[in-house]
Amino acid sequence: MPIRDDVVVVGGGLAGSMAALSAAESGAQVRLISHKKSTLRQASGLVDVLGAVNGDAPVSDPFAAVDQLPDKHPYRVVGVGGIREGLRRFDDVVGDRYRGAHTDRNALVVTHGGTVKPTARYPVSVAPGLASAEEDTLLVGFRGLTDFDAGAAADHLEAAGVPFDVDGSTVDFPIQFRDDARTTRFARALDKDQKDVRARLADAVVAELDAHDRVGFPAMLGDDHEPEVREFLEGRLSATVFQIPTGPPSLLGMQLEDLLIDALERAEVRLSTGNPAVGYETDEGELTAVTVDRRGRDVPYYADEFVLATGGLVGKGIDSDRESVVEPLFGCHVPHPADRYEWSEAEAFGDHAFARFGVVPDDDLRPTDADGDVHFRNLRAAGGVLGGADVAREKSAAGVSISTGTYAGRRAGEETVR
Amino acid sequence: MSDTEFSNSTGPTAQDDFEPVSVFEDGEMDLRPGADNCYKCSVCDTTCPVAEVDDDFPGPKFQGPEQWRLKRKEDVEIDDSIMSCSNCMRCDDACPSGVPLSQMHNTARGAYVDEQMTKLSREYVRNRILANYGTLARLGSAVPRLTNFVMGNSLVQTVNEKLLGITAERDFPEFATETFREWWAERGGPRVRSEDKRVAYFHGCYSNYNTPEVGKAMVRVFEAFGYEVVVPRQRCSGTPMFANGMLDDAERAASVNVSELSDLLEEGYDVIASCTSCSMSLRQEYPELFQLSGIEEVAANTYESLEYLRIHEDLDGELADASVDEQAFAYHAPCHARNQGLDRQAVELFREVDGVEMEDVGDSCSGISGTYGWKEEKYETSMKIGEDMFEHMDDAAGEVGMTECPTCSMQMEHGTGYEIEHPLQLLDDALC
Repeated sequence: MPIRDDVVVVGGGLAGSMAALSAAESGAQVRLISHKKSTLRQASGLVDVLGAVNGDAPVSDPFAAVDQLPDKHPYRVVGVGGIREGLRRFDDVVGDRYRGAHTDRNALVVTHGGTVKPTARYPVSVAPGLASAEEDTLLVGFRGLTDFDAGAAADHLEAAGVPFDVDGSTVDFPIQFRDDARTTRFARALDKDQKDVRARLADAVVAELDAHDRVGFPAMLGDDHEPEVREFLEGRLSATVFQIPTGPPSLLGMQLEDLLIDALERAEVRLSTGNPAVGYETDEGELTAVTVDRRGRDVPYYADEFVLATGGLVGKGIDSDRESVVEPLFGCHVPHPADRYEWSEAEAFGDHAFARFGVVPDDDLRPTDADGDVHFRNLRAAGGVLGGADVAREKSAAGVSISTGTYAGRRAGEETVR
Repeated sequence: MSDTEFSNSTGPTAQDDFEPVSVFEDGEMDLRPGADNCYKCSVCDTTCPVAEVDDDFPGPKFQGPEQWRLKRKEDVEIDDSIMSCSNCMRCDDACPSGVPLSQMHNTARGAYVDEQMTKLSREYVRNRILANYGTLARLGSAVPRLTNFVMGNSLVQTVNEKLLGITAERDFPEFATETFREWWAERGGPRVRSEDKRVAYFHGCYSNYNTPEVGKAMVRVFEAFGYEVVVPRQRCSGTPMFANGMLDDAERAASVNVSELSDLLEEGYDVIASCTSCSMSLRQEYPELFQLSGIEEVAANTYESLEYLRIHEDLDGELADASVDEQAFAYHAPCHARNQGLDRQAVELFREVDGVEMEDVGDSCSGISGTYGWKEEKYETSMKIGEDMFEHMDDAAGEVGMTECPTCSMQMEHGTGYEIEHPLQLLDDALC
């Protein structure tokens, strides 16, 4: 048995990474298998735990609201204790790069669409922009950076009733990039202060400042040197400067990815990226290996315990065609209405059944079959692949991934060193 | 070349009798599902090493799905920026939606060179020469000492740059005085015979003409594990030809390789490559770009050398008791190794070996990308991309570099002056 570890985690997103870290903590040798670059590049970098229950937002204390969730919700399996354990581990990973750990209550983070998102943890650079602070705010966008419309975002925020004046202004970025330039190009220019861009940017914004207390930019104020860029701008503008999380490709998401990879490397987790997991091997009803398609060849990765963290419908951990919904790797049971027209509602942001599609865990996060029996004794599931939560509507995606990942990884590790 | 041309037969008028299977002419690739899968998240653009340093380069999303769609219109030409794509294939690895970006880039580049590039232009001639490095090397290595002397002459380098556009900044790789194949013949071929452990070695051009020590290490290591090694007739894997849009040249080379290797597969051999771009080419680009009998089987049975041993032997166990002279290495994972999921195996494997200190110098591209960094107009871009890697190599404890890719190795040496080894050489030291 050539490629062998104690624990194999399948899926390199937030749930998989947290599972691998938590399993490694127990002393197990852990391998994390992921097909592509982390999906955190698509994510805002915010950590929401629970922002809405039954369509009512915002929830102020997510921990107090957990018992209003349906019985089959993953939070009901790991419990409030499991959520806290996950967040503690997350706080260890991100250290002083994130805020929010000082309270149980949700912070209200301003998004690039001009909405307010109840959030449990958020990057340091986002913190000064919270909607709860009564400081007059200027949002700044750039011509050519179509991802963020400062004027529209400001109007949305005003309509949402934020307790401060908010205006939007669109300026020219001091360096003219080619059309359709990504936030990463802006960030790189500011990082390296190309062509004196920091000072020129400050000059461009000063003209628009008009006594606002704080200024929000889309999250592109540098990557490696973002704190320095923000400090510089604050000095020149004599105002607080904050970042607004963006859609993909998201700089804040990439920075979270980097923090997680650093932590995984420190924990000596073995990372195998670039090939998809496609099958498995068993022995007497136990999982013995996950097989990975290495360009046409199925190669087994052996372990004693396994964690499935392949994501939901978007992440392809759950797949569907016109007839049915399946978990493609292990064929775990995914309950869904037989009639396809019952999978969704007419309303775009309605209470869709598809949003809760996923595997059904037992009380130890092990996927079960249609009769409620455990699929494999040594397989646990975490994150988006778990059913029962509408994470987009509840604003709970990161929290579900962190708490179930931490739980599944810890249990897998405990089982191997037992 | 019929299978790399874009079809113009799918205009709106053809919609009425749309039939998914017959839209594309015989043998032509249907890239539509790939293009449709792109939801424009632009993550590929943020992982493109060329876009990172060259603001004029539109990035993989444009070069792939967007350009493919534009080309549906009859009067739209392929943008010449396609020639600035270095074919590192990182975008493939970044795409969360399975868009075959590098395949799209390869076909677009092939079509551009076929249809839009003047065959008498200096760029075409230079690219053709670079793409056919194997031929050049065969001639040069027939008289290695003379060639090394001539190519090392600064006057010759200047002429190369002025006349051909091959940068004078780089020293031409030295040819070995004895090629790998000459050594192999001299040695009398395989020393181990086996019915069930058999590998066919695809050495590629570079280990044959320039670094035969890598090929020799491969033979010693595999024979130590009881494998029968054979060295089939072979041509260039095609990597530099894809990168220069010379798909006809690549297909000719591929047909020789596939035919030779197919015969060996039937006799129970698996195919092993020591260069990660060669293995990438045989595994991914061959079946993506060509239709040759046996090509799928060759792709499915090709491995990188270390990968093969890790799957089939207890390498960890063997290395547990091994020790080598103390040495710290600065390891760089080639982009093409990354795309095969091999980017961490050397570090993972050698980390525990007594005497070895192995440090990964980060996930940036080395910037040379085969022939790319040899082009006078691309040299600066190539060095800018490599900056990160050079810095990390400087910071690393080791003053010996390590990588699987011959051209990454040139770039590492060029940027730092370090001596560069292949993991097989360290494995050879540790086990043989």
